[in-house]
Amino acid sequence: MRIARPTRIVLRTLALVYLTVLLAVPIVTILWRTFEPGFGAFWESIRTPAAISAFNLSLLIVAIVVPVNVVFGVVTAIVLVRGRFPGRRLLSGIVDLPFAVSPIVVGVSLIMLWGVNGWFGGLDNVGIRVIFGLPGMVIATIFVTLPFVVREVEPVLHEIGIEQEQAAATLGASRWQTFARITLPAIRWGLTYGVVLTVARALGEFGAVIMVSSGFPGVSQTLTLLVHSRYIDDHNTHGAYAAATLLMFLALLTLLLMTVLDRKRPGQPSGATIAAATAPAEADTDAEVAGADDPAPPGPVASAVPEPELATTTRSSR
Amino acid sequence: MTAVVGQGAAGSPAAPARTPQPRSRAGWAGRVNGLTLGVVTLWLSLIVLLPLAALTVASFGDGWSGFWAAVTAPVALAALWTTVLVSAVVAVVNVVVGTLIAWVLVRDEFPGKRFVDALIDLPFALPTIVASIVLLSLYGPNSPIGVELNATRWGLMVALAFVTLPFVVRSVQPVLIEVDRDVEQAAASLGAGNWTTFRRVVLPTLAPAIISGGGLAFARAIGEYGSVVLIGGNIPRETQVASQYIQQQIEIDRPVNAAAVSVALLVISFVTLLVLRWIAARGQEREERAA
Repeated sequence: MRIARPTRIVLRTLALVYLTVLLAVPIVTILWRTFEPGFGAFWESIRTPAAISAFNLSLLIVAIVVPVNVVFGVVTAIVLVRGRFPGRRLLSGIVDLPFAVSPIVVGVSLIMLWGVNGWFGGLDNVGIRVIFGLPGMVIATIFVTLPFVVREVEPVLHEIGIEQEQAAATLGASRWQTFARITLPAIRWGLTYGVVLTVARALGEFGAVIMVSSGFPGVSQTLTLLVHSRYIDDHNTHGAYAAATLLMFLALLTLLLMTVLDRKRPGQPSGATIAAATAPAEADTDAEVAGADDPAPPGPVASAVPEPELATTTRSSR
Repeated sequence: MTAVVGQGAAGSPAAPARTPQPRSRAGWAGRVNGLTLGVVTLWLSLIVLLPLAALTVASFGDGWSGFWAAVTAPVALAALWTTVLVSAVVAVVNVVVGTLIAWVLVRDEFPGKRFVDALIDLPFALPTIVASIVLLSLYGPNSPIGVELNATRWGLMVALAFVTLPFVVRSVQPVLIEVDRDVEQAAASLGAGNWTTFRRVVLPTLAPAIISGGGLAFARAIGEYGSVVLIGGNIPRETQVASQYIQQQIEIDRPVNAAAVSVALLVISFVTLLVLRWIAARGQEREERAA
């Protein structure tokens, strides 16, 4: 289509006006409202004891969730890529399930399982308080971040194949040696990307966490809960803006990291990955849960990757 | 965002991370032993399946009639209706504006295009509660421009449009980059006007990506909580969405009601995703038959 210049400019203007009204102006406004009373006021607002404790709690949750997701995520990815067993597609569907579940529903589900009146309510009698305690917040965060590492490591495992691992095994390497020397270096960028997504989501999760937290300032408030309670309970609007701005900077940092990492990862559609990762669900999730036996028409991303690129990938990631 | 995406990714933009494996490499069954498989299954069950199972059982705690009564309670029904209505409107807005933005980002050239392109991902990177606060700072009480949308359905729509912005843009963009422009030129040389070319040539190619993006935006909007919790106002029968109703029922200790509406919400989003999946599979089939 050759579009006349005036039409082109009209279309461009429409698109830019929409983005300005929806994205740019609100973000400029919150920055302005945060820093209008001066940088000192912002700094004080994020240095209150409640804010520091919220920041620490958020970091603590991240510090627990990331290693757990790395270990189970990599193992799950290996099982899904290398395993040939009945129900593999079902398992793969379960991994995507958290994308399809509303954060609030995650919270309610966890209460029904781990709450005092839930299936595992007996834990409370032996003094382990899951819901309204740190374990509940950790479990909720694990639920919502579960797919990231798996889904980022999986395609890389597909791509590297098993020739090198076979070669290592032939040369007498043990399973663990093969994993540490061959597999791990090959998947490291995919893994890093998955970890970045996990950190971002763990820091930013709100709905699932607020359902299972007691929300006491200074005790069980994460950064997102702090933003909420400052706005709703304390009517401390500037405090809420300041905490939100802090979270926004963390998010921008993540976005920057993802852009940098994107270049390091082999043959992946960039924006689409973020979309898929943050999307509530991949479209193919539930057919798999339903056990559709027809193999998914896979997005032929890798088949479009020419063989030489595969070679480069393996070389550069070693 | 100019990464080269395989032609076929066009057909199923919703499954971008899946890379197919030549079957020849795959026949290595012995690599994953039973223990590992067991650990993974146990882990996924504990984290994902058991909570959802507990939820479903809890929703039928008062029997089938209790479930039905909980879901069809007027306020619950109103919340579900508001959720579906607002999400559908937002999905349609996304379909139109998202396609337009994708088109401008691919076919148009203007200074600052890369910056605008990077801006699109921002709603996915921002925590939802931050999205809420960001929008309130402009459209909330004491709005600097005098537009106060808090506690209105307009506010809900703005919040949901904000968090779902990237879906359609990011699913249409790669397809549009790959589109064969010769066909468009052929159509033009045969005397088709721009509108006809767009409607008859470009739109059919983009349709699967647009539908998939719109569907994902709808599914996301259905369950959204963080971005609407502050701006929505939580007024029963008016701006209260399903997730807020569920949260409220937990707060006033009505777990069966909360669980039942949660299950209803899950069913809606699963059905949406199944329909999307079915549409994508049909499109793929048609493409294969044509090829």
